[in-house]
Amino acid sequence: MARTAVSGRLTWRVAELAETADLTASARRLVFDVPGWPGHLPGQHVDLRLTAEDGYSVQRSYSISSAPDGDRIELAVQRVADGEVSPYLCDVLAAGDQIELRGPVGGWFVWRPADQAPVTLVAGGSGIAPLMAMIRTRAAEGSRVPFRLVYSVRTPDDVYFADELRHRAREDAGLDVKLVYTRRTPEGSPEPPGRLGVATINTYAWPAEFTPNCFVCGPTGFVETVSDVLVALGHDPRRIRTERFG
Amino acid sequence: MAIVSPGFTGRRRSPDAQLPPGQYLAEDFPVLTAGPTPRVTTDRWEFTVSTEVGQRYNWSWQQLMELPAEKITTDIHCVTKWSKLGTRWKGVSLDVLLEDVETAADYALVQSYGGYTTNLPLEDLLDGQAWVAYRYDDDDLTPEHGGPARLLVPHLYFWKSAKWVRGIQLLLEDEPGFWESAGYHDYGDPWREQRYQGD
Amino acid sequence: MSDDHVDGNALAGDLREIFAVDLTAATGRCAGCGYQGSVATLRVYRNAPGLVARCPHCEEVVLRLVRGRDRAWLDLRGTVSLEIPLPS
Repeated sequence: MARTAVSGRLTWRVAELAETADLTASARRLVFDVPGWPGHLPGQHVDLRLTAEDGYSVQRSYSISSAPDGDRIELAVQRVADGEVSPYLCDVLAAGDQIELRGPVGGWFVWRPADQAPVTLVAGGSGIAPLMAMIRTRAAEGSRVPFRLVYSVRTPDDVYFADELRHRAREDAGLDVKLVYTRRTPEGSPEPPGRLGVATINTYAWPAEFTPNCFVCGPTGFVETVSDVLVALGHDPRRIRTERFG
Repeated sequence: MAIVSPGFTGRRRSPDAQLPPGQYLAEDFPVLTAGPTPRVTTDRWEFTVSTEVGQRYNWSWQQLMELPAEKITTDIHCVTKWSKLGTRWKGVSLDVLLEDVETAADYALVQSYGGYTTNLPLEDLLDGQAWVAYRYDDDDLTPEHGGPARLLVPHLYFWKSAKWVRGIQLLLEDEPGFWESAGYHDYGDPWREQRYQGD
Repeated sequence: MSDDHVDGNALAGDLREIFAVDLTAATGRCAGCGYQGSVATLRVYRNAPGLVARCPHCEEVVLRLVRGRDRAWLDLRGTVSLEIPLPS
C-alpha cells in the first residue's frame, strides 16, 4: 500500500538512473532508484533538478508514471526539441548517473484506491504519464473500480506504453481503453483522424449520471477543451481534476 | 551542496565580461509574464502621468506618435539570469513626456494594462535613461513583448521595464510594485546584482 | 505560448519546501471575487521571476511565491483564507 509522506518539509534527494528505454521516437521512460523514497499516490509528481559544473541549475516537474514500487519510480519524458532539460534526460543521462529530485508532491490530482466512484481518464500526448500510474496502481491493488481511458495522440507511433495498454485493455477487468488519433490512424481503421470532441467523450467516457471522477492531463489547450466538454456533458466541475503541463 | 550532472550545461551560454554578475547570454528573447497577455489596441491605448497633487497628463497613441522618437540600442538584463546584448528599440524618451510635468515627487510607480506595477526613483526615468518603446528590431512591438508600448529602463533589471505600460504615478513616498512587494529588490541594479531584498 | 498557464498542482513542490502539509489540496477563497476552490485549480504562471497564481474565475492574483537563494517570499494578500485538510 502506498505510504505518503505528509509531515516534514520537502528536501532534495539523490536519485540514480536505473534503466531507460524509448517509449516512442521522441520520448523515453526513465526509471530511478531513490533511496528512502516514501512512496507515492498515483497522479503525484516530482521536481527534478539538474546542476551544471559552474553551478547553473534548472528545475522541472515530471509526473510519476509508475505504481508504488519500493524505492523505484518511473518518469516518462517527452523530448522537446529546443528544450533545456528533456534532451539531456533523454539523450545524455545514462544508467548509473545521478540527479536530484524531490517528491512526491501534489495531493489533489491523485486517485485514491479507496474511492469507489468510476474513473474517466483523458490524456493528451505525454499527459498519459500520471494516468498510467493510476491504471497500474488499480491493477496492483486488485481494485475493481471501473476505469475508462480516452487517450489522444497524433499518430499510432506516438502512443506511450502501447503494448502494455493493449495488454491491459484485454487483461485488466473493468478497464476500457480508447485511442483517438488526431493526424493519422492505424492502417485499416474505419475512423478518420480527428480531434477529440464531444461525440467521442460522450461515447467513451463515463456518463455524468455515474458521477465519475474525471482526471484530465495534457497540454493547456487540450485540457481546456476537454474540461469544457465534460462540463457541457453535465459533469460536476468539482469532480474534474486537471493537470496542464503548459 | 547540489550534485553536478555530468555533461549538463543548460542553454548554450558563455561567461562574458560584458555581462553583469550571475547573468548568462540568451540568444532568443524569452517571454516572461505574470498573467494573461493584455490585448490593447492603439485606438484604445492611452498613457497617463499623474502627479502627487492629482494633476493628470494624457497622451493618445496618435499623440505619442507625433512626439520625437529615438532609436535605442542597448543591453538588457533579466533577473531570471538571462541577458541580451545590443537589442534595438524605438520609442519616446521619458524626458520628452515629463518635460512639462510639474512635480516635487521623488518616486514613480509605473502601471500597466493587466494590473502589473513596478516602482523606481523618478531620477532613473530622466536624463536619457528611460523610454516608452513601441518598436523592437524594426517591427511593431508584439503583445508578447509588451506591445503596443512598454517602458524601457535598461540600466535596471528588466522587470522594471514594464510591458503594456499605461501610465506613471509620481509619488512623494516610494511604493513597492508587483515584484518589489514580493521579495525582489527595490532598485534592481544588475551590476550590483540587486536581485532580492537585502542584496 | 506566453498565455500558457498550468494548474495550481505546479505549486506543490515549492510550497512543500516551506510547509509540512500539501497546500495544493487546501481550499482557498479569492479576495477579489470570493471564488472558492482547491489551490490546485488556480492558474499558475511560472515563466516569470516568481510563481504567480491567479483565480480561475476573475484572474486576480491570489498567491505569489518568490524563491531567493536562502529565502522564500509568499504573498497571500489575494487570498481570504485557506482551509487545510489534516489527518484526523
